[in-house]
Amino acid sequence: MDPRLFTAIAVVVGVPLVLLGYIVLTEQVLRPVPDRRRGTVRPWLWLTPALVFLAVFLVYPTIGTIIKSFQNTSGTEFVGLDNYIYFFTSPSTLGALKNNVLWVILLTLLTVGFGMLIAVLVDRVRYESVAKAVIFLPLAISMVAASVIWRFMFLYAPPGQPQVGTLNAFAGLFNFGPFAWLQLQDFSINTVLLIVVMAWMWTGFCMVIISAALKGISVELMEAARVDGATEWQVFRRIVFPLLLPTLAVVATTIVITALKAFDIVYVMTGGNFDTQVMAQSMITQMFTNGNFGRASAVAVVLLLTIIPVMLLNIRRFQAQEAIR
Amino acid sequence: MTASSEVVATGTKVAVRKEGKSRFGRLPLHLAIIGLMVIWLIPTIGLLINSLRPASEVNSSGWWTAIFAPSQLSLDNYAHVLAQSDIGAQFVNSIFITVPATIIPVFVAAFAAYAFAWMNFPGRNLLFIIVVGLLVVPLQTTLIPILQLYGPKNLNIAGSFLTVWLAHTAYGLPFAIFLLRNFMGGLPKEVFESAAIDGASPVTSFLRLALPMSIPAIAALVIFQFLFVWNDLLVALIFLGSSPQNLPMTVGISNLVTSIGGGWEFLGAAAFISMLVPLAIFFGLQRYFVRGITGGSVKG
Repeated sequence: MDPRLFTAIAVVVGVPLVLLGYIVLTEQVLRPVPDRRRGTVRPWLWLTPALVFLAVFLVYPTIGTIIKSFQNTSGTEFVGLDNYIYFFTSPSTLGALKNNVLWVILLTLLTVGFGMLIAVLVDRVRYESVAKAVIFLPLAISMVAASVIWRFMFLYAPPGQPQVGTLNAFAGLFNFGPFAWLQLQDFSINTVLLIVVMAWMWTGFCMVIISAALKGISVELMEAARVDGATEWQVFRRIVFPLLLPTLAVVATTIVITALKAFDIVYVMTGGNFDTQVMAQSMITQMFTNGNFGRASAVAVVLLLTIIPVMLLNIRRFQAQEAIR
Repeated sequence: MTASSEVVATGTKVAVRKEGKSRFGRLPLHLAIIGLMVIWLIPTIGLLINSLRPASEVNSSGWWTAIFAPSQLSLDNYAHVLAQSDIGAQFVNSIFITVPATIIPVFVAAFAAYAFAWMNFPGRNLLFIIVVGLLVVPLQTTLIPILQLYGPKNLNIAGSFLTVWLAHTAYGLPFAIFLLRNFMGGLPKEVFESAAIDGASPVTSFLRLALPMSIPAIAALVIFQFLFVWNDLLVALIFLGSSPQNLPMTVGISNLVTSIGGGWEFLGAAAFISMLVPLAIFFGLQRYFVRGITGGSVKG
């Protein structure tokens, strides 16, 4: 028998047991402590396992990144704000910033919009599980495979030759094209197409979470409204939508972050050429192609800072949620 | 419409309250859903059909032509991928990597999420901002410092499964805590208050109330974490690269493609083989999304 199997089983069974044992043990230790003190210590004990993981694997490398962002290419001396000045003056990174704005807005609208629409629609039909599986399918595909799938969609051959790409063959039916889709820079069409690929993958993510929340909404509440003569649209607008809002906020936040971190699709499909560059991809290019860790780190820090306003909005929402519950 | 009658037949028992006013009144609903399904399926079907065709055909004619000439379809590409002696072992490795890397973060996150949702302590909001803010840390910036930490000078566990279990746990935690904290925070306060009045300790409230009521969110989380780890290439390549016997399927597939050079007809076949497990997980856990688990008492 594979010794690794025993390790895996030991981990799968052992880790939850150890965690539970740890919590129960701390409760025992806390027992003699006065009530109020116990209330202040307990949350930290519950948080410790998570915080240890985060500190070692995410916070520690992030601090290193922040330090590197003030250093030169090889990290031998400090250069002040040079890397940040480069970020905000170079046309290439500014273009990446502009594209990321488009990514954030469009990807969030597409995935959350379609995710909610599909979750609400399939909730009413018997083949719900099959329909959800179809929308979920792209998320189960690895990034490499997804890029191959869409290469067949966008494939371009010069006019006169047979069009093997799905989109160009389709456009050909109406005597359009052929287009080299990913090189169309007018109105950032190529960036929009890359966002469509990402939306195709991530709509299933939004749908699954929104659908789970939808199942938590009381049926009696909706039935009562229907009995009182509310139309389906009113039921959605006045009951379902407000109750889904907290979940939509979580999903939208996650997608905004995904859009900010967009990397694989751009890297594989255009390599950031034809004005499709985004921040995460220019960071990787700076790091591994140019070997410039200072500039790459500065991009990462800017990425980190952009998320703060989004998180503040989330916290205000949590506080509002607490006030009413 | 053979396709749609098939899907109706596979529908599940959730249909209790799903009878409509009339068959025809619901036609637009069915058309909308089936339309969306077709749009979502077309790219994948294109690759599926191309994965059944020889490379020469794929280059000279579109995948839709094969629908009218099914004789050119064959399983040769799949046979080639499966004949690669490593792919079976790599499949097992993928399971070894993914199962613990899914279970550990879900448990660790559940405790933290409960503390964030139902315990009061100074600095709670700030800490929560920081935890969720870590979602935005690009994975790539963490790889080199962690690799040094795993090295012989420090932990000396380079190349073992433990490296990816720990790393994936940490990478998955911010989202897991974010999702579960939100779900648990939306649970009705009265339930926890009355439990506390009845003398239930936080441990009891957590195990008997918060966890069971959060099952839909936990199921969603398990699916996503499983998926991210199963499809991960970068983390496995960096942390397991030194011990080839531990490499997962994603690495094997990408090697298959690069070693043959543009062998994407094999990639199609390999991609569909590797998709089977995530889809099985999705179907297996989908029943936990069924309405009623929380007794209709959950707000959001």
